[in-house]
Amino acid sequence: MKDVVTKEELRGALEERIGSQLLEKFESSTVAICGLGGLGSNIAISLARAGVGKLILIDFDRVDVSNMNRQQYKVAQIGMEKTEGLRENLREIAPYIELESHFVKLEDSNYHRLLKDADVICEAFDVAEEKSKLVDFAMENMPEKYLVAASGMAGLATPNSIKTHRVTSHFYLCGDGKSDVEKLGSLFAPRVMLCAAHQATTVLRILAGKMDV
Amino acid sequence: MVKINGIETEAQGMTLTEYLQTTSYNPGRIAVERNGDIIPKAKYEETVLCDGDAIEIVSFVGGG
Repeated sequence: MKDVVTKEELRGALEERIGSQLLEKFESSTVAICGLGGLGSNIAISLARAGVGKLILIDFDRVDVSNMNRQQYKVAQIGMEKTEGLRENLREIAPYIELESHFVKLEDSNYHRLLKDADVICEAFDVAEEKSKLVDFAMENMPEKYLVAASGMAGLATPNSIKTHRVTSHFYLCGDGKSDVEKLGSLFAPRVMLCAAHQATTVLRILAGKMDV
Repeated sequence: MVKINGIETEAQGMTLTEYLQTTSYNPGRIAVERNGDIIPKAKYEETVLCDGDAIEIVSFVGGG
């Protein structure tokens, strides 16, 4: 992709739209995306397009046919590590973005090592307990970092119920807070994307210095 | 009284663990904020709720 457009051309086009001040803030930032499923893959693509300089991508899973209804992977990538599939897709969108990927499960033994370089951490898991554990770890051990988590985006309830709530100065929670995939059994692409967009927009606002919601 | 998710509740003097046991919250699926900070799960048992405290309990549900 690098022979299609130069770094300067891509950067110049973005700078024309958002201005150099904002672009410099975005491109000097690192955002970690924990989980690369419906939320994470959508967050990654949004942030890559917006000009974030570096993404840390973490997931232990492979692309599955059941992911096709909401995750940003292609049918040809079924079976591939999600980190690899997402890297491929991001390279076609933002060829000059810096990517660090880890095909591992995030847990006690590696939270610190994998997240220490991030300015903002996006929680994009699908299991409620894992969400809770990551928030617990980050808030206690990395209180200077910003955390944007998600809860509640399953089913087809009104999109108007997806919100962003600022819980503490550094912890934001996006979603409707109650639509549980375990109870509702289904996730729909645009509603998941809506929650991911809340998260990605919150990340950009934090990077831009707009801390309120 | 302790304000929990906006509702004045008789919970002063209870530990956070004791209070949670009176609710249907699953401690493994929540985060608890008090006075601007998230209380670490390891400290739930020793955290005593005080009169005048304002607590927010957020629950996580699955999906993503």
